[in-house]
Amino acid sequence: MTVADPSAVAAAVADAHRREWAFVLAATVRVTRDLDAAEECAQDAFAAALTDWPVHGIPARPGAWLTTAARRRALNVVRHRGVERRWLPLLVEEDSVPGPGELAGDDGALPDDRLRLIVTCCHPALDRSAQVALTLRLMCGLSTAEVARAFLVGESTMAARITRAKKKIALARIPYRVPSAAELPERVDAVLSVVHLLFTTGHTTPAGEELVRRDLVERSVELSRMLRRLLPGDPAVAGLLALVLLTDARRTTRTAPDGRLLLLAEQDRAQWDRPAIAEGVALVREALRSRPPPRYALQAAIAAVHAESPSWDDTDWHEIVALYGVLGQLWPSPVVALNRAVAVGFASGADAGLAAVDALAGDRQLAGYGYLPAARADFLRRLGRVAEARAAYAEALSLTGNAVEREFLAGRLRQLGGTPR
Amino acid sequence: MSQYLILIYEDETQYASATPELFGEILQEHNQFAAQVEQRGVKLLGGAALQPTGTATSVRGSEVTDGPFAETKEALGGYYLIDAPDLDAALAVGKLCPARFGGVEVRPVMTFD
Repeated sequence: MTVADPSAVAAAVADAHRREWAFVLAATVRVTRDLDAAEECAQDAFAAALTDWPVHGIPARPGAWLTTAARRRALNVVRHRGVERRWLPLLVEEDSVPGPGELAGDDGALPDDRLRLIVTCCHPALDRSAQVALTLRLMCGLSTAEVARAFLVGESTMAARITRAKKKIALARIPYRVPSAAELPERVDAVLSVVHLLFTTGHTTPAGEELVRRDLVERSVELSRMLRRLLPGDPAVAGLLALVLLTDARRTTRTAPDGRLLLLAEQDRAQWDRPAIAEGVALVREALRSRPPPRYALQAAIAAVHAESPSWDDTDWHEIVALYGVLGQLWPSPVVALNRAVAVGFASGADAGLAAVDALAGDRQLAGYGYLPAARADFLRRLGRVAEARAAYAEALSLTGNAVEREFLAGRLRQLGGTPR
Repeated sequence: MSQYLILIYEDETQYASATPELFGEILQEHNQFAAQVEQRGVKLLGGAALQPTGTATSVRGSEVTDGPFAETKEALGGYYLIDAPDLDAALAVGKLCPARFGGVEVRPVMTFD
């Protein structure tokens, strides 16, 4: 007797994997106090769902079913944990009162430990590349092969990176707990940096054929939403969710049907995702009430100016220059300075923009950064300084790995009578 | 509780040219550090300051050579052994540890039990 047909079950399990993986795993880690064992138990639970749900039907709350199944397996594992494992230190588990964001689980009984899990993945004692890999693997449930593909490294390299990070968590005793209120802002900041890095990597992939890596973008939007649910009062979290929503709202209009790059000026604003923009704008307003304004909230405010502008020509460039100014004052960065210089060019003319970009030319951190010669090239082109523009486009081309961006730069170069190499 | 070794790496030349007043100040910092550690639920199990690397002798097999194992700008100049509940507590102690001419490395101690 089949209660649910196999294709519906497969879809339900896949959906649950996407939505509930982190919840199931985080709740299981609390039992095993060991990441590897918890991952195995969680994977077993999803495998069991594939055989159980066709017979007994898809449960009303798949996440609760999976968590209970994984934790039952975990209890067994702990009971039979072999002597050979005993010398390995277990994750530090604090029997403290629940910290901020540790909500009661869906059915009240199951703990929501996702905040513990993500702050552990993004612990400052781990290298940034390890933080990103662990987040994709443990929070998003990606396989090691998928994580490796996302970052264009070999699977064995990625496997070694993940193993080393897990080993350090266990041996150095990185605690599995929600940080104290005093430590929380710093630790949340590290988590937000990882999610933001995932987003920017997906938004414009550093190398490859496609402009956007949809999977990375969508995973980072989901992680931002999850953090917002876990820390609803945190303005920095609100700022990041606003930034990813407002930026991603333009996704479908960033390339033409033939795959060609479309600049902000050329994009069809009617096709922008209006509900996402409305949600993002509301979050920006909320986040900007905190002092000092969170970093991602300021970036989101800049995205909001574009999102709310009816056309390219109506863009309030003076507002954008001012926002980049505040951003650069609070978090000085050559990339922010470059973005500000570009905005100056639109607010006050190509001459002013070129001067502002050239003022950054000596910055060592911008050496090899393709967007600097690309911005120079555009201002030079608009000023009719063709030979210099050609040289700058050629330089930008040599520093750009994304195929869609390369084609755009090569097209500009051809328009100016140059030959792309 | 787990043991961690806090290894202090500093630029030795700064100590070579330090005045007695500066030495006194640094000694004072280390005494204060010891008091602060205990207040944080971390136990100080031991520690020592080392003579400069100019006094070191390296031994590899039967070969004996003058000098430290590796020449670095910032050399191991002292250590503390602590007992802390987790890495966060150990890192908090690492941040307190005086090391004005360099920094510290925090390493978990291997246990066999």
